[in-house]
Amino acid sequence: MIGFIFKRFFQSFIVMFLVALLAFTMFNFLGDPVNQMVGIDTTAADRDALRDRLGLNDPLFEQFGRFLGNAVQFEFGQSYQHKRPVAGLILDRMPATLELSFLAAIFALAVGVPMGVYTGLHRNSVISKIFMTVSLVGISLPTFLIGILLIFIFSVQLQWLPSFGRGEVVDLGFWRTGLLTTSGWKAIIMPAVTLGLFQMTLIMRLVRSEMLEVLRTDYIKFARARGLSSRAINFGHALKNTLVPVITIAGLQIGSLIAFAIITETVFQWPGLGLMFLQAIQVVDIPIMAAYLMLIAFFFVMINLIVDMLYYVVDPRLRVDSAL
Amino acid sequence: MTLLKIDDLKVEFPGRHDTFVAVEHIHLELEPGEIYGLVGESGAGKSTIGNAVIDLLEPPGHVAEGHISLDGMAIEHLPYEKMRAIRGRRIGMIFQDPLTSLNPLYTVEQQLVETIQTHLNLSDVEAAARAIELLQQVGIPEPEVRVKLYPHQFSGGMRQRVVIALALCGEPELIIADEPTTALDVSIQAQILDLIRKLCKERQMGMIIITHDMGVIADITDNVAVMYRGQIVEKGPTQKILGAPEHPYTKSLISAVPRADLRLTRFPMVHYIEGPEPARADFDVTTHWLGQSRNFGKSDGPLVRVESLTMQFVTARSIFPSRQKVFTAVDNVSFEIREGETFGLVGESGSGKSTVARTIAGLYRPAAGAIHFAGGELTAIKGEKLLRPYRQQMQMIFQDPYSSLNSRMRVLDIVAEPIRFHKLASSRDEVVEIVEDLLEHVGLGRAAARRFPHEFSGGQRQRISIARALATRPRFLICDEPTSALDVSIQAQILNLLKDLQEELGLTMLFISHDLPVIRQMCDRVAVMRRGKICEIAETEQLFEAPGHAYTRHLLELMPKLEGLSREGLQLADENVIRNTQ
Amino acid sequence: MSVTTASRTLDLLHRAVNSDLYHSFRSSKVVMLAALVSAIMILSAVFSPILAPHNTLDLANIDLIDSLIPPVWMEDGDGRFLLGTDDQGRDMLSAIMHGARVSLFVGFASVAFAMVLGVSLGLISGYAGGFLDSFIMRAAEIQLSFPAILIALLIDGIFRGVLDSKTHDELAVYVMVLAIGLSFWVQYARTVRSSTMVEKGKEYVEAARVTGLPPYLIVFRHILPNVTGPLLVIATINLALAIITEATLSFLGVGVPPTQPSLGTLIRIGNDFLFSGEWWITIFPGIALAVLVLAVNLLGDWLRDALNPKLR
Repeated sequence: MIGFIFKRFFQSFIVMFLVALLAFTMFNFLGDPVNQMVGIDTTAADRDALRDRLGLNDPLFEQFGRFLGNAVQFEFGQSYQHKRPVAGLILDRMPATLELSFLAAIFALAVGVPMGVYTGLHRNSVISKIFMTVSLVGISLPTFLIGILLIFIFSVQLQWLPSFGRGEVVDLGFWRTGLLTTSGWKAIIMPAVTLGLFQMTLIMRLVRSEMLEVLRTDYIKFARARGLSSRAINFGHALKNTLVPVITIAGLQIGSLIAFAIITETVFQWPGLGLMFLQAIQVVDIPIMAAYLMLIAFFFVMINLIVDMLYYVVDPRLRVDSAL
Repeated sequence: MTLLKIDDLKVEFPGRHDTFVAVEHIHLELEPGEIYGLVGESGAGKSTIGNAVIDLLEPPGHVAEGHISLDGMAIEHLPYEKMRAIRGRRIGMIFQDPLTSLNPLYTVEQQLVETIQTHLNLSDVEAAARAIELLQQVGIPEPEVRVKLYPHQFSGGMRQRVVIALALCGEPELIIADEPTTALDVSIQAQILDLIRKLCKERQMGMIIITHDMGVIADITDNVAVMYRGQIVEKGPTQKILGAPEHPYTKSLISAVPRADLRLTRFPMVHYIEGPEPARADFDVTTHWLGQSRNFGKSDGPLVRVESLTMQFVTARSIFPSRQKVFTAVDNVSFEIREGETFGLVGESGSGKSTVARTIAGLYRPAAGAIHFAGGELTAIKGEKLLRPYRQQMQMIFQDPYSSLNSRMRVLDIVAEPIRFHKLASSRDEVVEIVEDLLEHVGLGRAAARRFPHEFSGGQRQRISIARALATRPRFLICDEPTSALDVSIQAQILNLLKDLQEELGLTMLFISHDLPVIRQMCDRVAVMRRGKICEIAETEQLFEAPGHAYTRHLLELMPKLEGLSREGLQLADENVIRNTQ
Repeated sequence: MSVTTASRTLDLLHRAVNSDLYHSFRSSKVVMLAALVSAIMILSAVFSPILAPHNTLDLANIDLIDSLIPPVWMEDGDGRFLLGTDDQGRDMLSAIMHGARVSLFVGFASVAFAMVLGVSLGLISGYAGGFLDSFIMRAAEIQLSFPAILIALLIDGIFRGVLDSKTHDELAVYVMVLAIGLSFWVQYARTVRSSTMVEKGKEYVEAARVTGLPPYLIVFRHILPNVTGPLLVIATINLALAIITEATLSFLGVGVPPTQPSLGTLIRIGNDFLFSGEWWITIFPGIALAVLVLAVNLLGDWLRDALNPKLR
């Protein structure tokens, strides 16, 4: 067991290291930081002096070392575009993205899992067919299209909900939340549904197919032969066995929400990390790109680790050795 | 009062094209305390009857006609909830594979308590105590400790005991056991059968045992019904049915069962089922292609010599060599096989016999030891190209007819592959000619070449495998449990074919099996293996009559006692060899 | 000889028509509709240079005077432009057809690329085992941590930084194919790898080894044909996803350039006009995209259910 944890930690480190390497490579070979920073009429000599001062003429691995050192301290330099420290920008925009992702995740799970269970148990009912149709539509519509459609219906035609921004936000010290005001909620509903819809349908289909698979196993057949009630069979046995693989996959999916937020934030002009990243790509603002990459990698690695642990906790076959 | 009465039962499976009648005209009666066997080959419909009684037929299967009554009450069309109340409480069922029958996520205790509380009104504490009691009754040692474990932590035999305990939770009057020992080792089988017999007598429980294994029938059933293609062809007290069968199918079925107490020249044919054995073209070995290049240099000494062979598998990988766990499958094994003889390797699963075979065949590189073949040392040869001439002379037939043929290739290509690879024919037409010849020789007919494996039955596929093995005109044939996956009647045909081929082509064979009676019929000399080591090597007759090693004696004891079986239709090897087992 | 091939083909057709697959196909009206729609869209997209009423890709053909005309059934509509025009005067119907063509091209090409890469790596990984297998699977795992969008964005960002903008625009389509394909190979690799490992243990592979066949022959002749089963289903799911991903990237502005717009680009362009009343510029491409992907998904769903013997 301990060996397993060590292995995963080790792998996570390697992933972070590789991502850092990638970010660093981008830093150095794409675009010239000096040219970004100074005006047009700075002389070449001055530029060289600047390069020296910034340590850009030092050997590569020294620079990488410094980069890593800085990264660990959350020091990513200055954004070319905004002329402000990147770390500050990230902290500013993080709450917006996290709140959005969190809400979307809850939506996806709270709707997806029950729908999946229902369609798994009642394969042929009318409601199941409706659910399946909805899920098909959900999978077929790209996130941005869903966003646009929602805006079209609720903002343009009905004029119920705002189509951009976070509404009124309340400052809780380091965290600016939009969840404490009505306008904040009005603003977050559409983006959250947009972001979560795709994941919701995925989860629903996953739960459904796992459920169908489980219902065909021998142990369910044996449970029936023992006379257990439908409730005990469906929820006690089938559901539990279904959720084990689902939990882990769903966990990974939820993790990817943070990245998918890029799209939703663009459509709704939501002032979060994703929008910042996108704008950074368009102007090739390397410090932001690198920082965002490392941040996302960190999130993913953490989520992966948690999911792996979860698997371990939930499935006894992994925990204990077999056959006495 | 009759416990179970089945009257003119008919079960149908309506399909897209037509309706498939799984079983019909089934009449059966069972008293409390009686063990009733339902025997037949695959597809006979025995499981269907069991499923129909407990109402667990796979949709769209349903009872089309007839009645099933439990203690006088009709149960064939009961509504779901009423039937559910009966399941587990009055009728229990156990399946073949104990590993998949138990939910891996719950402890044994949780599953037992849940079932107990479904049927009996007991508190949690009482139910837990009852669970431990049940485990004790099925013979699980230290039940208070083991009740808290998960299913995967039990060995196969123990797991099946847990399954039986679960079926007993509701104190049922009738248990349906569908192939309860088929997935278990021979020694464990005997234990489980003993347990079943004990429980039935103690609790006056009726049991229907569904099986294809005559040994099980002979061991514990009181009455037996023989099934063929959905109908009962004969039924009655076990001793009578086995000793003096009347129906031709029963007769041929029994005659095809390999005997431990006799040696036969050939296995009798089960004509009733497959029709007469496909005629095989006679041919003159010296002029036929198969007989060409039989001029292998006759080496003095044995054809195959295995010397101190050791084979290990890594079970736990680690960067630290000291922490690596290694499993020794074959431990310092040595034996010789003389040219023209059939050498048997027998043992239980895990004994290492298959590993030995595969190492000789070149699929594994041994950790230590040497293999000598036809004068050359195989293990010392480095490089595939140099091994190739030896590979031509040695071929292998495998156990599972369904996975030993590539389902995407035509039979022609499957059998032709070795010929083409070793460039043994001079033109495309010649290859086709050779393959068709081979197919005819193994009894499949020339037309089989154009078809795909899935169009053939298990026995026919083994024939294709044999044809493939013969394609390179080998002198040594390794047969790894070639008939274990086949029905008894088909087994007889394939074993006969192997015997015939050996005679005609002068083949040397290494025959591997866990089935002692088959070994007795097929082999000249036998080695007994256990846990990677050889316990004893002897001439077959001597091994069976006067075993030297304690383990051999143990194995012999475990063989199904089939003395009462009718000997009608058997061709005995030698009148003097009939052992009187009175 | 030709007689036998003809009768063989007839026999094949006969079997196909009577097969369960075809039966399942015909019994679902929805699926047949989906197939029909897909067929129409694909054909009109592929042949768009011939079929489109206007050539919207050639700047000389567009006239600003024709800009912002609503669809033909509305007031101010123009019979020449059935679905209206955008702010540059491009005919929406033609733009959609050309756009669908680009979308489909990127979709198919990236799926094909991912499949070839994934299947090869999966075969090698599954058959060779050992260190090679570990390495490839670690790489796969790491990549799986990141959603396709991110990887595609990253690759595009890198190319953007490396190439000047003119070359980037020209190569944009191929960069897209590479980016999207690279983010999808893992699924194929994993499936093929586990199938390979299953087949590797089967006795017909052992028989081939006993005969003496070298590994590459075993992999290509025996294993490959037996692992392609689930690939078709994965491919259809991926196709839908690839089209969506490409549309998303184009919408975000980092996909194909406006000179060769795909459906995503069109939607982006039209988005600015949503509030000012010219909704058709974004809604029609949106509908086209949705219908296309829906149809592909329906086909994929049906295929998966029909080919899975367990679910019958």
